[in-house]
Amino acid sequence: MAERELKKKTSTQRTEEEVVEAPVPSSTEKSEKLKAELDDLLDEIDEVLEDNAEEFVRNYVQKGGQ
Amino acid sequence: MAVAKVCGIETEYGISVNGARDANPITASSILINAYINELHGNVGWDYVDETPGNDARGFARESFPPSEVESHLVNTVLTNGARYYVDHAHPEYSSPECISPREAVVYDRAGEEVLRASMNAALRSMPVGQEIVVYKNNSDRKGNSYGCHENYLLDRALPFGKLVKYITPFLVSRQVIVGAGKVGSESLQVARGKVHFQLSQRADFFEEEVGLETTLKRPIVNTRDEPHADASKYRRLHVILGDANMSEVSSYLKIGTTAIVLAMIEDGFIDDLDLSLHDPVSSLRNVSFDLSLKRELRLKSGKRMTALQIQQALFERACDYRDSRGLAALGPEGDGNSVLELWGEIIGALQTDPMSLADTLDWVAKYRLLLGYKERNGLAWDDPKLAAIDLQYHDIRPNKSLFYRLGVRAVIEEEEIKNAVTKPPTNTRAYFRGKCLERFADSIASANWDSMIFDLGTDPLRRVPMMDPLKGTKDHVGKLFDECANPAQLLDSLGS
Repeated sequence: MAERELKKKTSTQRTEEEVVEAPVPSSTEKSEKLKAELDDLLDEIDEVLEDNAEEFVRNYVQKGGQ
Repeated sequence: MAVAKVCGIETEYGISVNGARDANPITASSILINAYINELHGNVGWDYVDETPGNDARGFARESFPPSEVESHLVNTVLTNGARYYVDHAHPEYSSPECISPREAVVYDRAGEEVLRASMNAALRSMPVGQEIVVYKNNSDRKGNSYGCHENYLLDRALPFGKLVKYITPFLVSRQVIVGAGKVGSESLQVARGKVHFQLSQRADFFEEEVGLETTLKRPIVNTRDEPHADASKYRRLHVILGDANMSEVSSYLKIGTTAIVLAMIEDGFIDDLDLSLHDPVSSLRNVSFDLSLKRELRLKSGKRMTALQIQQALFERACDYRDSRGLAALGPEGDGNSVLELWGEIIGALQTDPMSLADTLDWVAKYRLLLGYKERNGLAWDDPKLAAIDLQYHDIRPNKSLFYRLGVRAVIEEEEIKNAVTKPPTNTRAYFRGKCLERFADSIASANWDSMIFDLGTDPLRRVPMMDPLKGTKDHVGKLFDECANPAQLLDSLGS
């Protein structure tokens, strides 16, 4: 059964759910070490990322899933 | 005594075609799977006769609920590892074979990634230059469309369904803090745009009911599909539709392992006095997913307030008692129960003290750390498309494109074991019989199903081998038969079918 026919946009029914905006705490030695390792990945990530992020995200459309 | 928690993971992959933006996803999925099949020998179709997805565990059946695939005649095949690989709706789906332990379920889910990767490579060879089919192991397109990663667990039919719903719901709602795959933003219609920057779960946005039969709209936290694919007088199958597809093996292992332990405890009446029922499970689901502090308290029906982590801690402590008094044999013969329990405790502890220390372990933390690092370095706002792109590309399973693979996340399974599982079935469930039949006698198999195989020996009538018990047809039971039988006729005669 395709989902697209069944999904209804009910933006008028929007109700506020409380969102807790607390940052994840980060303190210990291990998480500091992980952060340093991440720097290496961040150095190369732009070469791996899809060229046009905006277009890539916009074009990624998936209909009819469970 | 809880029945063996035979389990499996069904993953619907997101699909897109680079170089052909408007490509039909059903066609693309068919091309993908056919490309894989064509590089293998033989293709055995699936038999829908016994599928009854309209049967409701609460005791009624909906007749206008046919298996949708029957109408569309989509690509559908069974692999020698006992898995089903097919086009479901508009996605390629890999359903792992029946596994005897949580660890084995992860092995076969990871083998599914290998199957999809091989399919992409095979399809690439037949596609026009400049076009490429790409799949993503995630659950949302960020535009309100979701697709599932479903889990299945074998249960004793004697367990009343209402009792199951009562005790499993608070566990399923709270487990997101451990097993969520993480997502930038929210697609929930109840949430103002831009209010949620990042959440723990891919799927929490899409659930609207506590319990029900649906899987594609008004999705329920507990799905009531009563289709055991086994002897219905003995067994139930719990079909969990709430979970995220995991890239991290630890996340995946804990997802299956902790759920299996909690189910065994429920079956054995071991948590009858531990009523953690939530006042409002559906809104709690989102509140847990949106709370990166992991400190938000949920209101219980009893009036008590607990965080998701505290609920997990309470169930973990009870699970330790359960191991001590009843043992964890239900999680398989290889001692999975103990290692799941140990890991569960370790992860809860780390989430209580320093969640970011799990950036090399859990999906949502790994993804969140990557996003934060990139965001800070480039001075981006949370609504920058680059962050959404990172979210999607985390789940890309191409080695050169996947961000997950670059993160060096802790593994549970050896590569060799995963490669082996692409073609070999599990040995301790009926998947062994299915897989071996396909490996040895594919040309004589007319169709296969979870609970039967139909042979065409060229003489009338077709011969059907029922497999109503997931724990029969194992290597111990039939391994010798396959050694002794030179052809399918001998096999069927030996089986008395």
